Amino acid sequence: MSPALASIQITATYPLTLAALLFTIGAVGLLTRRNVLVMFMCVELMLNAVNLTFVSFANQLNDIRGQVIVFFVLAVAAAEVAVGLGIIVAIFRRRRGATADDLDLLKDPVADEVAQ
Amino acid sequence: MDAFIFFLFGALTLAGALGVVLARNPVHSAISLVVTLVSVAVLFIQQDAHLLAAVQVVVYAGAIVVLFLFVIMLLGVDHPDTLRDPLRGQRVAAIILGVVLLAEVLFLTGHHWATGAKAPASESIRGGPPGLGNNVERVARSLFTDFLWPFEITAALLVLAVIGSVVLARRSRNADEVLTKDAS
Repeated sequence: MSPALASIQITATYPLTLAALLFTIGAVGLLTRRNVLVMFMCVELMLNAVNLTFVSFANQLNDIRGQVIVFFVLAVAAAEVAVGLGIIVAIFRRRRGATADDLDLLKDPVADEVAQ
Repeated sequence: MDAFIFFLFGALTLAGALGVVLARNPVHSAISLVVTLVSVAVLFIQQDAHLLAAVQVVVYAGAIVVLFLFVIMLLGVDHPDTLRDPLRGQRVAAIILGVVLLAEVLFLTGHHWATGAKAPASESIRGGPPGLGNNVERVARSLFTDFLWPFEITAALLVLAVIGSVVLARRSRNADEVLTKDAS
């Protein structure tokens, strides 16, 4: 290990910056990807970034409640994945499409033709 | 050593996250997600959140990613994504929005008025004075005293999620007919 690396003191800013980068990657992925499953994984990335923020604030502010909140976020994420994947399975059973663009039942076909 | 571990696993976290977003195949995305989740668990240990690191590996890497892989396998959607862009300029707009978001959050993380000053002693999260116990005991004490009511609501939420996913995934002949009639 180089002495330059050893001399760096890890303050709370480092994990917060990392969490910001992770959240941004997840958000951009959610907006750009078309596959519903990958969009779901990007939501998990964003949740993880928030968890990392909570844990580093718990460490910095010396408050254990930050870690307890992460516990709840994990439970809600598990419930969300179970329900979301159930919805995805129900959608896939009816139509073979793998992309979010195929789910346009709410779109008015008449208005769409007029617009074109 | 602290800095070395942080930068190593921070880089792994970001590499896994980029892998999730950039991989064409959903299976590769799920595997990259495991890399990110385990690296975040290591960063949790570095931040003295020992219980959460274990829960992260067990719940996320152990249960959620396996659920993802099961659904990918069951539905057979492991064919690569198309690069066709139905909304013109959406990718560019998303990346611009991402850069703006990143700039805003980084601005917040760099300032003490947003993050607060560091607390004097971080011993109490790690282990601390006798009587408070280690990290697991402290989380448990907080969870079952201050957060008892949210904890009970979490139990109700998990039961509802199980019921909801069973109802959604159940193959109901009647409901299918109604839906296909609607669609046609």
